[in-house]
Amino acid sequence: MKDNDIKRLLYAHLLCIFSVILSTFIPSLFLERFSILETHLTWLCICSVFVTAVNLVLYLVVKPNAPSKRSSLSHKVARFLKCCIYFLMSCFCFHVIFVLYGAPLIELVLETFLFAVILSTFTTVPCLCLLGPNIKAWLRVFSRNGVASIWENSLQITTISSFIGSWLGAFPIPLDWERPWQCSLTEGRCLHQEKRGGTLSQIFTYGCSIKTTKVWPISCTLGATFGYVAGLAVSPLWIYWNRKRLTYKNN
Amino acid sequence: MQKVSVLLFLAWVCFLFYAGISLFTSGFLLTRLELTNHSSCQEPPGPEPLPLGHRGEPGACWMASRFSRVVLVLIDALRFDFAQPQSSHMPGEPSASLPFLGKLSSLQRILEIQPHRGRLYRSQVDPPTTTMQRLKALTTGSLPTFIDAGSNFASHAIVEDNLIKQLTGAGRRVVFMGDDTWKDLFPGAFSQAFFFPSFNVRDLHTVDNGILEHLYPTMDSGEWDVLIAHFLGVDHCGHKHGPHHPEMAKKLSQMDQVIQGLVERLENDTLLVVAGDHGMTMNGDHGGDSELEVSAALFLYSPTALFPSVPPEEPEVVPQVSLVPTLALLLGLPIPFGNIGEVMTELFSGNKDSQPHTSAMAQASALHLNAQQVSRFLHTYSAATQDLQVKELQRLQSLFSKASADYQRLLQSPQGAEAALQAVIAELQQFLRGARAMCIESWAQFSLVRMAGGATLLAAACFFCLLASQWATSQGFPFHSHRLSVAWGLAGTIIYAGLLATAGLKLDPVVLGAVAAVGSLLPFLWKAWAGWGARRPLAALLPIPGPVLLLLLIRWAAFFSDSFVIAEARATPFLLGSLILLLVAQLHWEGQLLPPKLLAIPRLGPSTPAVPPRHNGMHALGLGVGLLLCTRLAGLFHRCPEETPACRSSPWLSPLATMVGGRAKNLWYGACVGALVALLASVRLWLRRYGNLKSPEPPVLFVRWGLPLMALGIAAYWALASGADEAPPRLRALVAGASVVLPRAVAGLAASGLMLLLWRPVTVLVKAGMGAPRTRTVLTPFLGPPTSQADLDYVAPQIYRHMQEVFRGQLERNNSQGPLTVAAYQLGSVYSAAMVTALTLLAFPLLLLHAERVSLVFLLLFLQSFLLLHLLAAGIPITTPGPFTVPWQAVSAWALMATQTFYSTGHQPVFPAIHWHAAFIGFPEGHGSSIWLPAFLVGANTFASHLLFAVGCPLLLLWPFLCESHGPQKRRQTPRNEAETRVRPEEEEEEEPLMEMRLRNAPHHFSAALLQLGLKYLFVLGVQILACALAAFILRRHLMVWKVFAPKFIFEAVGFIVSSVGLLLGIALVMRVDGAVSSWFKQLVLAQQR
Repeated sequence: MKDNDIKRLLYAHLLCIFSVILSTFIPSLFLERFSILETHLTWLCICSVFVTAVNLVLYLVVKPNAPSKRSSLSHKVARFLKCCIYFLMSCFCFHVIFVLYGAPLIELVLETFLFAVILSTFTTVPCLCLLGPNIKAWLRVFSRNGVASIWENSLQITTISSFIGSWLGAFPIPLDWERPWQCSLTEGRCLHQEKRGGTLSQIFTYGCSIKTTKVWPISCTLGATFGYVAGLAVSPLWIYWNRKRLTYKNN
Repeated sequence: MQKVSVLLFLAWVCFLFYAGISLFTSGFLLTRLELTNHSSCQEPPGPEPLPLGHRGEPGACWMASRFSRVVLVLIDALRFDFAQPQSSHMPGEPSASLPFLGKLSSLQRILEIQPHRGRLYRSQVDPPTTTMQRLKALTTGSLPTFIDAGSNFASHAIVEDNLIKQLTGAGRRVVFMGDDTWKDLFPGAFSQAFFFPSFNVRDLHTVDNGILEHLYPTMDSGEWDVLIAHFLGVDHCGHKHGPHHPEMAKKLSQMDQVIQGLVERLENDTLLVVAGDHGMTMNGDHGGDSELEVSAALFLYSPTALFPSVPPEEPEVVPQVSLVPTLALLLGLPIPFGNIGEVMTELFSGNKDSQPHTSAMAQASALHLNAQQVSRFLHTYSAATQDLQVKELQRLQSLFSKASADYQRLLQSPQGAEAALQAVIAELQQFLRGARAMCIESWAQFSLVRMAGGATLLAAACFFCLLASQWATSQGFPFHSHRLSVAWGLAGTIIYAGLLATAGLKLDPVVLGAVAAVGSLLPFLWKAWAGWGARRPLAALLPIPGPVLLLLLIRWAAFFSDSFVIAEARATPFLLGSLILLLVAQLHWEGQLLPPKLLAIPRLGPSTPAVPPRHNGMHALGLGVGLLLCTRLAGLFHRCPEETPACRSSPWLSPLATMVGGRAKNLWYGACVGALVALLASVRLWLRRYGNLKSPEPPVLFVRWGLPLMALGIAAYWALASGADEAPPRLRALVAGASVVLPRAVAGLAASGLMLLLWRPVTVLVKAGMGAPRTRTVLTPFLGPPTSQADLDYVAPQIYRHMQEVFRGQLERNNSQGPLTVAAYQLGSVYSAAMVTALTLLAFPLLLLHAERVSLVFLLLFLQSFLLLHLLAAGIPITTPGPFTVPWQAVSAWALMATQTFYSTGHQPVFPAIHWHAAFIGFPEGHGSSIWLPAFLVGANTFASHLLFAVGCPLLLLWPFLCESHGPQKRRQTPRNEAETRVRPEEEEEEEPLMEMRLRNAPHHFSAALLQLGLKYLFVLGVQILACALAAFILRRHLMVWKVFAPKFIFEAVGFIVSSVGLLLGIALVMRVDGAVSSWFKQLVLAQQR
């Protein structure tokens, strides 16, 4: 039973990874001049849509939860609407947190918000699919000894790894390597750091972190994506590895 | 454990760090004293009269001038091989394909066709190969180091004697065009100047085209004696594309045309100098000391014949500074006072048709003048400092006197032998080279041994801190061995000093301190090693919890990257925010964030007031979000390291006086005063909440009346300072007087308040006769069933205590003893109240030193630390009687917040960003000759946040007790205080058997916890300084070392010293309160017994 579950989990996760990979390739068939770095925001939207769709499909197909007792249409619709509201709220919450962490408040609102959307896609959407709009269940899952199934366990791992990935993604921002994902200002005003030593009064262009017009969320979103994919890949293996040790209350 | 010994121990640990820092600094920060003496025409450099025949001539000074005009073309980063002639007789050589080779064909043509008129040299540059240092060297003839002591950090103007100064002094017209670095170096020195911005290295053409626009017209106008053109294109091209780019070929060809054009326009009395200030690496960078960076081109040309001989096959290597004395003498100027360069003798040998003897004589006289000047400089310099080695100095001096005597003898007998003349020249050259080598050794070379030693000592001290902080709370902390080891260290130092003294060597206090530190540290580490054995697991070495360790590691690693050091102002709040969220998440993970789901059990105490649960609901979450918000708001007060187009400093950091527009100014003024009032009100509210405002003690009275007075003074001062220009004329004197008096009055009030606090730190209200207060001693009610071991640990003693309480209540009734702990209400927060009062008293004068609007940051600072303390307290389990510890995350967050506040109060770890105006607050007329007071004021301004957070560090230990909710917090500490009285006077009657066992242990634990807290804080700070030192050590040849790493190290080092002193003060204050409380108890008990 358990091995079977893990296998299903693995397949589901592979599908999710596949959706992320697809989202980088498919659009280039339809859109001209599409690339992750150049048209980053487009990719963010597409990736978000893909991952959400795959998650929904998986939820409908795999049905990791016991079916709800009440299954009237109105209840389902209400539930769906609630999910949507939760998703939006999580986007706004993330946006606020990013701003609190130092993202610009007024400029680049769209970029920051799309970053919030993609992070919500990686974290909130699976939670909504698996646990439903039920804050208590969420809080339970994300506390010690709170998980009740391997699905929840993998959810825990992928969510945390997405967060960590986007957190780590913030680190390259101050570096002055002038990579396209990091420091290419549209007006070309990113002054190379003055390397002439002597004139103390003429240096420190502060990297590119002040007026990043185009590249701000790239490293963070890529970090979140890598974190999500890594979480997806690792969690079945980790669960398989620890399957003897893991005991769930409800299973 | 004695309280004093705790303090002494901490002081000793601080000393270890200081010794490491000073040892490292002495090896790393090369210093040189800038002498302000000037050479003058009238005053010959030596006792002998100036060479005959050179006086009285027009334009002659020390020597007759050979050229009346000079064109100096400085091509930034003109490496030697850029100018090297390409031998045409090797066809098909692949080097021709390199874009930078053979592009200066006009030089090549001159060298081939007119070998007597021009000469190319390979000029040997001294590191650091950065433009400003090179310009200093090229004009003063000296070796600029990172810190030229005596120079003004606020501006870059050269204070030493230099060529430009001599030129303007002699009335020559100096015209400059090009790099605007010269504007900073020589403000107002040029008769005409065309400056072009140099900071954008991507821009290859602005400066060069700007120069070209003015160069030829200026030259043709003839309104100049010295024309300096500083081209930047080659350097910028190197930075942007590297030397191997076709763009470089274009740039060099352009330079070639420039030289060609100049050569055509030169007149006979004019000398053309084409020089590179430094080279560049394969990648086009510079700053270090690699071969490619230190070899620059130097080309001299004159339309008249300049050299008697044809140039050698391979161009001669000359030190770059040689240009300075050469140019000075050629132009008939005195050699700049601090020059250590050696004249290029060939230029003084006259024409090719002059006699060999007269030309050699001319060379000797130029060299002799040069040697006299260098000797005079060495004499003056060694009298001012002790940098130079005495032995070498003596050797050089004797060499010089011999050469000088020989020279004089030659002068007496003019028909002396050729050989003797050559010998004199050789001797003089030997002296000059020796002098230069000695100066290089002491000014331009890192002492790797000292740097490594200092870094090792710092690392050992950090390791020791970690180890000792683990031991501090365990029973077997080897304090006696500490004393022993200090004794060892002292003995070792004395022996070492004795050895040195007997050997007759000079005592170096830095080395002495390091020896003492090592000597005292080694026995301790040895003890630790011996006592290690098998019983201590290796995990004890890394007591820091994983995520916090990761954060700290990231922070330390960030010191090794120049980008991260520059971006630290934004990285630190990010890390702080991460830590805060981590704390909240951890609380949630442990299940402490949410209210317990189950119902509360009935209260245990009979009369316990209604108390909210330990961690109510979203309390911690709210704290976390509030903290993040505060951090972000404080981040709005950001100052750029330098003003550049890409980075704008917050406009709120400028003083209000600079604002135009009355309305906005008034609004801001209102906001600032509002912040002040809010700060004051919140502190008073806090004190009132914990009952410390009721006592009739003098400090409390001071808090009630003195603090508002201080706030009033500050507000009045701000009003005067921001509107001083608008004051009506007849009030000017009054305003001026008030702006002197008010800040001093505030500082005086603060000082007297601190004195009062130290004198009577116990702010309790003794009110006897309150009925049955004992019952209150009971309990923190615990709501909900115990869910964890910690809860069980918490509940069980409560029940036990309750039983004791009931029992004791009966006893007391029988004894009809008076209520003893009436005053426990105030006692509960007696330590924190003193701390908070002291912090407020410190904060007000510090706030006065900042610009007005930074008061908002100070308000945020207090709010932030308050929230953080609450959040941390929520995470710390209520301590059972056992050892008290402050978790690592608390200490790390505290240190991070100190750094963050440093930035948000408008500081940056670079020298130009220091708030110099702070020196004039209260002293608008300046300080006269005093140095220490302005330094103190500026230092207090710069390191205000370090000081405040370090002094407030003991709050980390005290706060959880304070936060245990309303009821128990008043008592938690009380037992410990009572313990002081109970434990020491053993003979006293044990009238309170209640918590005897626990109380007896408590004072020991209290001292141990303070020690541990101090050690942990020192560790976190110490590793920071260690990381800075290592970064400076490893990256000492990095491009950014003098721009980023060295200033960061200096700021971090001074910050560490300030923090450690503050920490000691804070802990001392707590101990003073502790002592006062115990004596207070003693008095109380005596009164009761009577």
